[in-house]
Amino acid sequence: MSNYSTNEFRSGLKVMLDGDPCSILDNELVKPGKGQAFNRVKLRNLKTGRVLEKTFKSGEQLEAADVMDTDMQYLYNDGDFWCFMEPDTFEQHQATENAVGDALIWLSEQDTCVVTLFNGVPLSVTPPNHVELEIVETDPGLRGDTAQGGSKPAKLVTGAVVKVPLFLDQGEIIRVDTRTGEYQGRVSAK
Amino acid sequence: MEHLNQWQPGATMATLRQRSRVLAKLRDFFQQRQVMEVDVPLLSRATVTDHNIDSIQARNADVAAYLQTSPEYFMKRLLAAGSGDIYSLGKAFRDAENGRRHNPEFTMLEWYRCGWDEHQLMDEVAELIVSLVPETGVRRCSYADVFIQHLQVDPHFADLADLQRMAVIAGSEAWADETRANCLDLLFSVLIEPQLDDGLVLVYDYPACQAALAKCAEDSQGRQISRRFEGFLNRVELANGYCELTDVAEQASRFAEDQRLRKLSGKAPVTADLQLLAAMEAGLPECAGVAMGVDRLLMQLQGADSIDQVMPFSWERC
Repeated sequence: MSNYSTNEFRSGLKVMLDGDPCSILDNELVKPGKGQAFNRVKLRNLKTGRVLEKTFKSGEQLEAADVMDTDMQYLYNDGDFWCFMEPDTFEQHQATENAVGDALIWLSEQDTCVVTLFNGVPLSVTPPNHVELEIVETDPGLRGDTAQGGSKPAKLVTGAVVKVPLFLDQGEIIRVDTRTGEYQGRVSAK
Repeated sequence: MEHLNQWQPGATMATLRQRSRVLAKLRDFFQQRQVMEVDVPLLSRATVTDHNIDSIQARNADVAAYLQTSPEYFMKRLLAAGSGDIYSLGKAFRDAENGRRHNPEFTMLEWYRCGWDEHQLMDEVAELIVSLVPETGVRRCSYADVFIQHLQVDPHFADLADLQRMAVIAGSEAWADETRANCLDLLFSVLIEPQLDDGLVLVYDYPACQAALAKCAEDSQGRQISRRFEGFLNRVELANGYCELTDVAEQASRFAEDQRLRKLSGKAPVTADLQLLAAMEAGLPECAGVAMGVDRLLMQLQGADSIDQVMPFSWERC
């Protein structure tokens, strides 16, 4: 794997730091007029999600991290692993619960997700921005009440619980923004 | 060519008009004080030896040349030739300095006052800033005082090992065996600069190890200091000034020390500027001089957070 020098550090670059893959968020040159140059670098640890700030001497190098974002189709969960497939090659990848993380509550089979591979192994999973899911559990809908405000919790088929308008019923399919967990609209009755 | 969509200037037309006004005001400031403008060369066969400053190389008719990192050497040759008080308002170039506050080509104001010391020159720096921004607060403190205030350590007397330990915490393991000057620079830039007061802060009596081209002396506490000062405007390094070294033998030995440090850090050797040494041999008058970054000054006047916003075209657009 190649190395990157501080002057190549830019937002989005993936590098290894203390054994973990990190994504560079920001890189600022600090150079006192008569002094030595150094770089203040903000990075996100891709394993833990934590953001850290590091100071490097200008010219210091970090090893590139073999990290790749790939679109994959979610196939199934076999109890231990979540199985994803690359649509072009049909190659399958097993993601651990840790890698699937918060995406867990949005995954339905056949959905296309972004799977981040680190050394060829799934490191994290990003669900589609919008998913359409069936309500499996909620208080009975209040008919006719389509205009008023107010909301109630509804459990979806994947396990996520979102706030929905009062008129919705069990069995209906709704559209949800996975980035905010917000209800976007009713798709259709089942 | 991802740069093709960057044909437009980084600064707005309103900012460029302010830039033009500020350049005119700076010239007016010195005109009124009978300081002569000099436009010295940007291209020269010689350049600085400073091991922390790298020159951009050029060629002229197969002769190796350098873009100047400051007008200092040419201005000192003019002073030695009897110019009297002079200023230069022009470009300077420094290799690989790219960032939010850095551009490899930038506008530098530099001036020299004959018979003055660094404290008189600090007064004039404050007057110049106040002439542009009347409400600017001005504070002065010695390097030792500001260091002790923020880090509870005397930068002159502290053991190098202690400074290295502090630098490792503030920076990384890479500072474990750094020089005193580099440890101090890191600690000052990372831990002190962001804590400085609003307005203009003039820090004087830098440690002797950071003298550059300033005279050295001993302060009342027995600290080995250099008669060098820096100006920070709203926590951004803006100006660097000296009570200028005039002793040619001392100058030659600092050049030699620069060469040693360049070799140590694996940098290509740079021939010392023999014309400057010859001028100093002939006699550089006692004087104080200061250089100020004009783009950074404009950043402060505009509240801009990137140097690109105050220049017609920063390097990203060139």
